[in-house]
Order: sequence, then C-alpha cells, then structure tokens
Amino acid sequence: MSYKLQFAELLPYWNVLLYGLLFTIVLTVVSTAAGIAVGTAGAAARTFGPVWLGRIVAVYVELIRNTPFIVQLFFIFFGLPALGLKLSETTAAFLAMVINLGAYSTEIIRAGIEAVPKGHIEAGLSLAMSKWEVLRHIVLNQAFRKIYPALSSQIIIVMLGSAVVSQISAEDLTYAANFVASRNFRNFEVYLLVALGYLLLALLTRSLLRALGRVIFKAR
Amino acid sequence: MLQFSFWDILSNLLVATQWTIVLSLIAFFCGGIVGLILLFMRTSRIAPLEWFTKIYIEFFQGTPLLMQLFLFFFGIALFGVEVSPWAAATLALTFWTSAFLAEIWRGCVESIPKGQWEASSSLALSYIEQMRYVILPQASRIAVAPTVGFSVQVIKGTALASIIGFVELTKAGTMLNNATFRPFLVYSLVALIYFCLCFPLSWWAKKIEGRLNVAR
Repeated sequence: MSYKLQFAELLPYWNVLLYGLLFTIVLTVVSTAAGIAVGTAGAAARTFGPVWLGRIVAVYVELIRNTPFIVQLFFIFFGLPALGLKLSETTAAFLAMVINLGAYSTEIIRAGIEAVPKGHIEAGLSLAMSKWEVLRHIVLNQAFRKIYPALSSQIIIVMLGSAVVSQISAEDLTYAANFVASRNFRNFEVYLLVALGYLLLALLTRSLLRALGRVIFKAR
Repeated sequence: MLQFSFWDILSNLLVATQWTIVLSLIAFFCGGIVGLILLFMRTSRIAPLEWFTKIYIEFFQGTPLLMQLFLFFFGIALFGVEVSPWAAATLALTFWTSAFLAEIWRGCVESIPKGQWEASSSLALSYIEQMRYVILPQASRIAVAPTVGFSVQVIKGTALASIIGFVELTKAGTMLNNATFRPFLVYSLVALIYFCLCFPLSWWAKKIEGRLNVAR
C-alpha cells in the first residue's frame, strides 16, 4: 500500500465533528425518552386496553419492526409532505427515531408486563388500589426491572442506527463525517475516526445505562 | 416527458427487489460461514483467538453498519483496487452479519450444560470433535429461532447498501421518486415490499420459539 494515512488533516474540522457528536447524543437521549414513553403507552394499550386499540398498536409494531429504518425516514421526510405535512430534516429525524424506538420498546415492555404474575395485580386491586396505581406501582415497576437489559441494548442499536439520519441531511455525526470527507477527500481517515467515535459512544452508553440501572433498581 | 404508470413503478421496484434478496442471501450465508469460524475461535479457550474475536465482535456490533459500508468502500480503494458498491456492500454485510451470528450462537453454545463438555472430554474427544458431535447438535436446536429472527435484520440492513450506490429496493425507490415526484406512493410501496419479505420470517421465528418453549 503506497497510501499514507493522514489524520492530521482532520484537525481543522474538530468543531464540525464535535457538533455532529453532540447532535447524535441529543438525538439519542431525546428519542430514547420519548420512545420509551410511546412504548409504555403502547404496551399498556396492548395488554389492558380495548381490543381494537390493541390491534392498531400491533399493526404499528409489526409495520415498523419489519421495514428498514431508512425507508421509514424517507417516508416521513419525503412522503408526508405530499399529504401536506412538511417537516424540517431535524424534526423528521427526531420523529422517525421516536416512532422506531417506540415500536421496539412496545414489544419489549409488553413482554415485561406479561411476565408479571396475575396474582400481584389481583392483590393490588383487592387492597383498593386504583387501576392506575396498580399499573404504576406493581406492573410497570416489575416489568421495567425485568426488561431493563433488553431495553438498554435496544437503545444502543437505535443510537447506531441514527447514523442514517445523515441521509436527509440532519446534521449528526455521520453528516459531519460526510461533510469533512467532501472538503479534504480524506474519506477513510474521517470514517475510521468517526466509527471509533461511535464505538466509544456505544461502550460509554452501555456502562452508563448499567450504572443507572444499578441506581434505579437497587436490590431491595 | 416519460410517464410512469402505477404498474411501471411497481414492476421496477420488484426488479430491484431481486437484488435485495440476492444481497441478503449472500450476506446471510457468507456471514454464517464466517460466523461459524468465529464461534469456534471464540469458544476455543485459546486466549489470542478469543481476544481477536472479542474485539472483532465489539467493533462490528458497536459501530453503525453505515460506517462499516463507508470504511469498506473507501478503505479497499486505498490499496489501489477499484471497488464496486456491490463488492463493498457484500463484504461489509458479510462481516457485520458474522459478528452478530457468532454472538447469538455463542449464547446457544454456552447454554449447553458444562457436564456435556466434561463427559465428552473424558471420552477423549478433541475440541473439534466435542463441538461437532456433542455441543453443536444440541445448540443448533436452540439457535434456529434467533437465527431466523436475525435474518430479518440482514434484509433490513441491505437497505443501507443504497447509500454507497448499490441499486436495490431502497435505491430504486429513491430513483423512481426522483423520476415521478410521487414520494408517498413510491415509499409506501417500498415499505410494503420490505414488509412482505420480512414479516413471514419474523412470524416463523416467533413460531419456532413458541414450539421450543413447549418442548421444555
């Protein structure tokens, strides 16, 4: 190989890459929070809601889980304006992420809810707790404890998947990489650096979520 | 100007779907072979081999598939070899698939009780023989459901090959959209075709999983 890697040429663009990194982090954090909220509502609707609502949620979950994220993103960004709903690329990116994680977390949280023994719910109701109190203090409390590891790895998968939002020019880390590559033509160097950045982000997220889990679900 | 009817759009998308299927099959089978080699290395109890596979799996699971595609596409070109999007996509998807399959299968191998390893080694079977005759026949039964489930991820993963310019279903959708200016119709159809490819596999994976739980 006669080519010499030149990482020094990336230095002038450190602020572009840093901005992209921050965008990816914010995108992940916000869509994780919103996506889990959607997932909780969806899972509750599927297990305790009326049948028709449960069916709608099931269709939503299967549609999202069986199509690629990039197609969902293109549908939202390019397809919806045809119906009169025009979104900026940043809004479309956030929306697609929330919808995507919402579907996966619905399925994960539902599994957790179904693992809660029926007797616990009956016991709560017989203690004159309201339906909401039972859901919040008995069902979800136990469900989240059980599915926390699965949910954590889904969050990391979604974080890595977010690289695709660069394709509608939302300014995430991959967009920054493409930008730098188009300026100095050091494609391989910048993609290698950014790939390692993602790897670091994934490892950090994993240990952060693990630590957070230890704090939230303290052994009783 | 050229006019596209609904059937023109659909038939063009279906032609491109063949490439999605071909790419998925190649990635899945080649990924399966590489994954099997990785599995043997990972469970070999030879420290350097284990470390190599750990780092390999960590890299391919911890970086976006899109970045891996870019790295293969631009990385191989550094050696002065002309890389087609087709070759880069095949390579990246194969390595990405292999990392996930190796990790899935490792879980299945580790779920086999230790006694099976001890019994077979006390019968003087070598490591390869232990895997071949004792461990893998048992582990493969558990592995079917998650492996079929992961094939759905492979099909969805091929959509990213469109970004480096490989013309498969998603790329065909983008091109048709540029020609017809009917994004809602085109992307609905693209999503629907992906759904028809993936949903039977998801459904099948779920069914096998259910059957396994009954057997226990």
